[in-house]
Amino acid sequence: MTTHYLVLSALLFAIGAVGVLVRRNAIVIFMCVELMLNACNLAFVTFARQHGNLDGQLIAFFVMVVAAAEVVVGLAIIVTIFRTRRSASVDDANLLKY
Amino acid sequence: MGETITFWVLAVVSVAAALGLVLSRKAVYCALMLGVVMGSLAVLYAVQEAPFLAAVQIIVYTGAVMMLFLFVLMLVGVDSTDSLVETIKGQRFWAIVAGLGFAALLALAIGNVAFVRPTGLGGATSQYGGNVQGLAQLIFTRHVFAFEVASALLITAALAAMVLAHRERAKAKPTQKDLARARFAGPHPTPLPGPGVYARHNANDMPALLPDGTVSELSVNRIIARHDVQEGRLPEDPRLAEAIRQAVEVEEESK
Repeated sequence: MTTHYLVLSALLFAIGAVGVLVRRNAIVIFMCVELMLNACNLAFVTFARQHGNLDGQLIAFFVMVVAAAEVVVGLAIIVTIFRTRRSASVDDANLLKY
Repeated sequence: MGETITFWVLAVVSVAAALGLVLSRKAVYCALMLGVVMGSLAVLYAVQEAPFLAAVQIIVYTGAVMMLFLFVLMLVGVDSTDSLVETIKGQRFWAIVAGLGFAALLALAIGNVAFVRPTGLGGATSQYGGNVQGLAQLIFTRHVFAFEVASALLITAALAAMVLAHRERAKAKPTQKDLARARFAGPHPTPLPGPGVYARHNANDMPALLPDGTVSELSVNRIIARHDVQEGRLPEDPRLAEAIRQAVEVEEESK
C-alpha cells in the first residue's frame, strides 16, 4: 500500500508543478503551490506509518503551520499588487517597482 | 480491504480534482477543486493512522486557508480569468512535457523500491497513550525550539499581512459638515427627482416627467441607462429615449 500512496503523492505534486508553470493568475498559481505542499504531506504521513515513527507526522504538522503563514503573506502581497496594477496576472507584474 | 477501497476511491477523486484545479478557467472553480483535494487528503491521513493531522488538515486547510483564498478572490475579482496568450512561446507545451517527465521520474523511482509491510504506528503511539499524546510528547520535548520558532513565524506573518494590506488615506475622510457644504455649494441642494412616469411606467429606467411636462434626465440611474443604450432597450417615446441617452453622455463626460 505504501507504494500506492507515494505514487498518488508524486502525481499530485507533478500536477501542482504543471499548474504553477502553466497558469497566469497569481491566486491559482498559489493554489497549485498549496497542492504541492499537500502532496508532500501525504508522503510524510505515509513514511511515518511505513517506519513506525511519529517524526513524519510531526514534520507534516510543521509544514501545515508554515504553509498557513505563507498563504497569509502571499495573499496579502497579491492584494497589494492588485491595488496598484488592477490585475492579478503574473505577466503584468514583471517589474518589482513602478 | 476497507483501506484499499478508500484509497482507490479517494485517489481517483483527488487526482481528478487536481487536474480540474489546473484546467478550469474560473478561479472560483479552482478553489473548489482544491477544497476537494484537501478533503480527500484529510481522509487519507485518517486512514493512515494520523487522526490529529486529519483534523488539523480539515480545520487549517479546508477551513482557514480556503476561506482566505475565497476572500481574496472576492477582493481581486471573481471574473478574473486567465488570458490564453502565451508570453513565452511554447511554454505550455514544454511545461506539460516537464510535468509528465517529472511524474514519470518520481513514479519510476518509487516503483524501484520494494517496501516491506508498513510497521504501523501502534508501537510508537502506545507508549505515550495515543496519537495526539505521542505528537505532543515530540513537539514539547525534542522539537520545542522549532515549536517556539513556528509561533514567532505565525505572529510575524499576521503582522506582515496587516502591514501589507493596510492603506494610508491620501486625504482626510470628509466629515458630515464637509458633505453638507459640498451639497449646498453644488448644483442640486435637493435630492434628485425619482425615476418612473407613474401613470404609464413605473420601471426604474424610465426618466421622470417634471411638473411642467419636460423630461428630466437627472432622474435616470446612469448605470441602468448605459445598459439600456448598449442593449437597445430604449422607450418608444423619443423624448424619454433622448433623456436616457443624455444621462449616458453626462456620465461619460464626467469620467
